Amino acid sequence: MGFLNFAWDWLKSPAQWHGPDGIPVRVLQHLGYTALSVLIAAAIALPVGLLIGHYGRGGFTAVNIANIWRAIPTLGLLILLVVLIGFSAFTWLIPLVALGIPPILVNTYEGVSGVDPDLKDAARGMGMTQWQVLWKVELPLAVPLILLGLQVTAIFVVATATIAAYIGLGGLGRYIIDGLASNNYGEVAGGAAVIVVLALAVQVLFVGLRRLVVPAGLRQQARASK
Amino acid sequence: MVWSWIPQNWTSIWQYTLDNLLLGLLPPIIGLIVSVPVGIACVLWGWLYPPVLSLSSAIYALPSLALFVVLIDYTGLGNLTVIIPLTLFSLCILIPAVVDGLRSVPESVRQAATAMGFTPVRRLVQVELPLAVPVIIAGLRIAVVSSISLASVGQLIGVPSLGYFLIDGFQRDFPTEIYLGIALIIALALICDVILVSVRRLLTPWLRGRQVSAGPIRVLPITAGRM
Amino acid sequence: MFASSPTLKRGAALGLAVTASLALAACGSSSPSGKSSNPLGGGSASKTVVIGSANFPENELLAEIYSLALSAKGVKVTDKFNIGSREVYYPEIKKGAVTIIPEYNGALLTTSVDTTSTAASTQAVDAALTSGLPSTLEILTPSSAQDKDSVTVTQAFATAHHLTSIAQLGPLAKTMVFGGPSEFQTRTDGLIGLKNNYGLTFKKFDALDESGPITLAALTDGKVQAADVFTTTPQIITDHLVALADPKNNFAAQNVLPLVYKPAMTSTITSTLNAISAKLTTAGLLAMDKAVILDHANYSTVAQGWLKAEGLPN
Repeated sequence: MGFLNFAWDWLKSPAQWHGPDGIPVRVLQHLGYTALSVLIAAAIALPVGLLIGHYGRGGFTAVNIANIWRAIPTLGLLILLVVLIGFSAFTWLIPLVALGIPPILVNTYEGVSGVDPDLKDAARGMGMTQWQVLWKVELPLAVPLILLGLQVTAIFVVATATIAAYIGLGGLGRYIIDGLASNNYGEVAGGAAVIVVLALAVQVLFVGLRRLVVPAGLRQQARASK
Repeated sequence: MVWSWIPQNWTSIWQYTLDNLLLGLLPPIIGLIVSVPVGIACVLWGWLYPPVLSLSSAIYALPSLALFVVLIDYTGLGNLTVIIPLTLFSLCILIPAVVDGLRSVPESVRQAATAMGFTPVRRLVQVELPLAVPVIIAGLRIAVVSSISLASVGQLIGVPSLGYFLIDGFQRDFPTEIYLGIALIIALALICDVILVSVRRLLTPWLRGRQVSAGPIRVLPITAGRM
Repeated sequence: MFASSPTLKRGAALGLAVTASLALAACGSSSPSGKSSNPLGGGSASKTVVIGSANFPENELLAEIYSLALSAKGVKVTDKFNIGSREVYYPEIKKGAVTIIPEYNGALLTTSVDTTSTAASTQAVDAALTSGLPSTLEILTPSSAQDKDSVTVTQAFATAHHLTSIAQLGPLAKTMVFGGPSEFQTRTDGLIGLKNNYGLTFKKFDALDESGPITLAALTDGKVQAADVFTTTPQIITDHLVALADPKNNFAAQNVLPLVYKPAMTSTITSTLNAISAKLTTAGLLAMDKAVILDHANYSTVAQGWLKAEGLPN
């Protein structure tokens, strides 16, 4: 394929690996935007998801949020923020966080509310308070879905941060936007290749996290029910 | 927000909406047509599915803008340059949906069908596929909504869609256009979503009256198969 | 319990109907104004006249002017605006997938035709273009309107450093960040030209956009100290910017003129386009840019208004 050659030629060139426009710098920038956005989104969505899941309220809203979320054009949100508040860290942070919240929120809600009611009954029967039921029973059982939500958000933010280069953001999207402007297919293809590797690395990271955090018994159960 | 701008530009608003609708509907439909046989194959020959799934995950991670630009060299500046990547993304959503849907058919149903004399192929097409419809349509909904939204990115290479209002509004510092673009894209996506829910009701009369949940959000938007 | 064929039949019928109507729509639909919209795919030359534009408002405005005038003269026209930068649309017009595009002679020359050319005056640039363009392309008569690249600074910066010309930047450049479109780094009249003609080496180059909101914001926010702002950008007035003088003519003449795909030309088309160029002035272009960019007027309204005022077909 022609563009694979372009990408390889571009990636091979040592110039790409040095300086403020070099691949290492851009990767770090991209990871920085992603990590910050995911952290803030999680800080907001996890508590809310846990609460509404535990009390069983707002389920209808959760499903609707999931639907609307995919409909929102990320390019539109980014552009809207620029026009409203100008260029600053918040210009990209707000859209990335706003768009990163739904997967975590919906999955946390689904994970907690999907816990077998018999288990919750048994826990209360054993004398656990509401808080203890949440922390000791519901949360651990919801962990697989919560992790999945974090994973979806992380991958989504990696992809959206790419588009954000259009409004002047750094990161790996710069290679696509700049390459697009100067018809430098090597730069576009090479940049795209690095983004894909990054996205796959994020997926692998979460697979590893799942091994670490989710108890073996739950993992078995999940595999069996697939 | 300059409300008067909307009736003044009704012609171009309508044109771009139709453009976006085309780019948002054609890929999922083509994806559906391709994914049903592919999904059936993955169910009949189970060893096919893991590599197909891995390939899907990898493709789904590709940034849409990069795919669009790379294709310009091969397919020029027309709609095809946007339609092909969006179709690929739809395939990544729909093949797992078809497989999940077929696999969600209870074993008892399959066995009963075999007992009634259905051959494997007839059973697949006349029994299992219809029962898989809710899951497949759930996947189709996601594919349609995503395509309608992603089509706007195509405007960055001049392929017309409602994204035009986003970019022009940006270049002219004109929020009215941006609000309009975002609102129309979301509205278009939600209308198509509602229509697909109605289609599902039409096609699955035995499910009427029962709630179908969308389930949690997955890496590849495979539904949980809950009915 | 078992779904019978009606389900599948209904589903298939529905699917077929939707797909068929979409496929028909994909082959090109007509908007009420009588102009048809995008044909599927690029590739070989189109039967209708395809008017393209670059992805910035002034170019879309010019393309709209061409489009309205040609439609009024009975030419069947398709609009394909906002394609991208020259590096993206030039290959398309070379093979005839685009028929007409509003161009700037100097930039066209140094970007796509002869990167080493030092032609500066309108005549020299046009001559170089005519001899250098591939056989499928030609330029028509240039207008007097020019939209040049520039080295622009804020009024405050110019006053503080007593600047009126690029030649005065010399030692100061090392401390300045320069912002411009990404291709400014490789164009001969870009960073390369500034170095050769004025000996300028900037501290850093920031790739921004085509004299658009990102570039203007970077300049006014101080993220860059100088930028390539196109000279008919109306925000030069409202944002208090100053385009420094270019005594060595680093930036060649940038007359607006149509770049056309020769095999598709007819005398109607060329005479209409030349009539437009004859009436287009820098002041007129700047006024239209102000209406479209700052006052958010419609491209077609402004275009039509100008055509009417100049007595041209509309």
